[in-house]
Amino acid sequence: MSTIGGASTPKILVFSTHNISDPGIDLAGSAHLHYSPTVMVISLPCTSGIRPEWIVYAIQKGFDGVFVATDGEECAYLPNCAELTSEVVTRAQTMLQERGLEPQRVKMAAVCSVCADPFVNHMREFAESLAPLGPSRKVAA
Amino acid sequence: MGPGIEPGMTDPAMTDPAPSATTVNTGASGADTSFPVPGPHAQPRRLGVYVCHCGGNIADFVDVEKVAAEIRKDPDVVVAKTAMFTCSDASQQEIIRDVAENQLDGIVVASCSPKLHTFTFREVARRAGLSPYQYTQVNIREQCSWAHTDDCTGATLKALRLVKAGVGRTRLTVPLEPIVVETVPKAVVIGGGIAGLRAALALADIGLAVFLVEKETELGGWVGKFKELYPKGRSGRALIQELVEKVRSHPGITVFLGAEVTGKSGSFGNYEVAIRVDQTTGETVTVQAGAIIVATGFEAYPMKPGELGYGLEGVLTLPEFKELLEGQETNTPLVYRGRRVETIAYLYCVGSRQDPSAVEDAHEYCSRYCCTAAAHTAVQVARRPGGVHQFHLHRDVRTYGKYELLYGEALETKSVYLKVPDDEPPVVQPDPERGGLLVTARDLLADGETVEIPVDLVVLVTGMVPRANEELTRALKLPVSKSGFYNEIHPKLRPVETVVDGVYICGTCQQPMSSSEAVASALAAVTQAAAILKRGFAELDPLVAIVDPEACTWCGECAEVCPYGAPQQAEQDGKTVAVIDKTTCKGCGGCVPVCPRRAIDLEGYTDAQIKAMIDGLAEELGWEDSVPEEVMV
Repeated sequence: MSTIGGASTPKILVFSTHNISDPGIDLAGSAHLHYSPTVMVISLPCTSGIRPEWIVYAIQKGFDGVFVATDGEECAYLPNCAELTSEVVTRAQTMLQERGLEPQRVKMAAVCSVCADPFVNHMREFAESLAPLGPSRKVAA
Repeated sequence: MGPGIEPGMTDPAMTDPAPSATTVNTGASGADTSFPVPGPHAQPRRLGVYVCHCGGNIADFVDVEKVAAEIRKDPDVVVAKTAMFTCSDASQQEIIRDVAENQLDGIVVASCSPKLHTFTFREVARRAGLSPYQYTQVNIREQCSWAHTDDCTGATLKALRLVKAGVGRTRLTVPLEPIVVETVPKAVVIGGGIAGLRAALALADIGLAVFLVEKETELGGWVGKFKELYPKGRSGRALIQELVEKVRSHPGITVFLGAEVTGKSGSFGNYEVAIRVDQTTGETVTVQAGAIIVATGFEAYPMKPGELGYGLEGVLTLPEFKELLEGQETNTPLVYRGRRVETIAYLYCVGSRQDPSAVEDAHEYCSRYCCTAAAHTAVQVARRPGGVHQFHLHRDVRTYGKYELLYGEALETKSVYLKVPDDEPPVVQPDPERGGLLVTARDLLADGETVEIPVDLVVLVTGMVPRANEELTRALKLPVSKSGFYNEIHPKLRPVETVVDGVYICGTCQQPMSSSEAVASALAAVTQAAAILKRGFAELDPLVAIVDPEACTWCGECAEVCPYGAPQQAEQDGKTVAVIDKTTCKGCGGCVPVCPRRAIDLEGYTDAQIKAMIDGLAEELGWEDSVPEEVMV
């Protein structure tokens, strides 16, 4: 966890999508809505293309949680995008458990292209749910 | 499942990447699930990094000089600068100069959202003699400075991590070039309503050959049925007649009536479109087209028997009522089945904004046009002699834009609007005392009083629903939204393009809209289509899936998950493998995680690139604690 401001703030990696959720996250910034700078975003064409290993890798590299901002039903590519993404998340959770890490470190929710407020709320709630878990890396690097 | 990682153990391969490719067991899919972890990159690179002030938009909150100074320490970063406005001509020229003087082979610009300037800087890279795809846009404005105006230290740390991720990604770029495809200067327009007719004429007027396909036996669609259109009072029928005559006499347009598109083969730029021209014999013709514009329109919400009194004498849907209204001379009092109509109740949001917990296959969306259509109809009724009392039982009124004037006109002509609760629709019953109908509803604007309105007619203001076009949807592989309409890439940024290259949507097959909006979207689709057809070629993003033939053993999982049929089985060096058709692949990456051999990567977002980005974002920077406590917020 980062110790900015004295309190520990969970480091969150967000996977977003170019067409839908990333514009939503952009909008949060454009509206000057604040969330923690320990939230960082990698934007992809579609969340169905996330390898579960990336999620595990991020946690092992020091992120306390990974948030997958899906397109929900709005995905322009794949009609079963939500289903495919949730498979990715489930696989990542299994892999985390096999490594002694909490599956709750991965969360998936739909973020639309105007979902500025919902995104900020997701980040706050996710950080709150990660706090009791403590840092992902029990031993400092 | 092979030998797994014990709980509590850390993956040595993941926390401490070895120089050679190491494998770990993921244990998830049960197959051979080892995956290589990238070692340090072999080739040194010569990258240029530009951190933008954006006036003060970034620099007021992010210490851009610090970010540039820190990133300069990366051995592959040859140039690291800040710029007041990186997108300015002068800065673009400077980047081009830097590339030449320092033999740069990759560019990172850390500025605003990639939605704004990705293409600007791809062009800069191209002008500098690089591949446009050896450039990475890093978003330190919308997703950093603007979101963290309360935390300058945090914003600076984050900006540096984001830039490190961008450098990590760019380090692993390869010089890709856009996929160039030739385009045939012909287009297929599907649907002969107002949107399709206007699209066909506009395409033909700029010299493109058009095949106009209409399912019905005549052109015209919905607008051809209307007598009077807002705001100029023009007759829909006359307007359509005029368009049809122009289409009929245009040498560039071939019209197929009673015809349906049943298949699409070939690839972007030169599709072969199968059109069934005879529904009884099934005779099919095939035409070549570089673009397809879908303008198949809508259907009126089909009432269920008994729904809101539908089936009772005097209960009509809005389309039925309009037919009645326009079938009678405007200078005569309105008559229904031989009786003068003195009172009408309009029931709004019928078949729209339905509650999914209460209605099966609910239409949850607002149909947008119906409030305006009902107000327009009420104004038409009010203009007739005889004086009709009109009650509008609505949930909300959405007569947006200039249609607000129409709503005003309806009020002036004594239409009465009553707001009813969302979850308590009005009840329509026969009126036993006086004949006719009795509408009972709660009026929220009168303190929730229950009102009973005896009326002669009930008009159900029905919404638009998507047409059942399964065959066409399948043939074109068009994505359908949750509401059942065709889905654009983005409602604001790319409103008529679909993920299927060269296939555009417009009008009410996309969403409920008014006829003028349908025409505007048809012309937008024409502009998009003509831009590629008149040029003779189109460029596609090369950021598509790639298969490692060494690793692939063809199991078909990728083909299974791809609705576009991009992965295909092929023989290569005596081995059965998957190959990706580059012009069919949409670059979504959906096949990447389903491959049990980890043989698929998405160009631009490869396994190694994403991990390099995560490395950059996760890096401990070491100077978090050196920042004085008081500047931390």
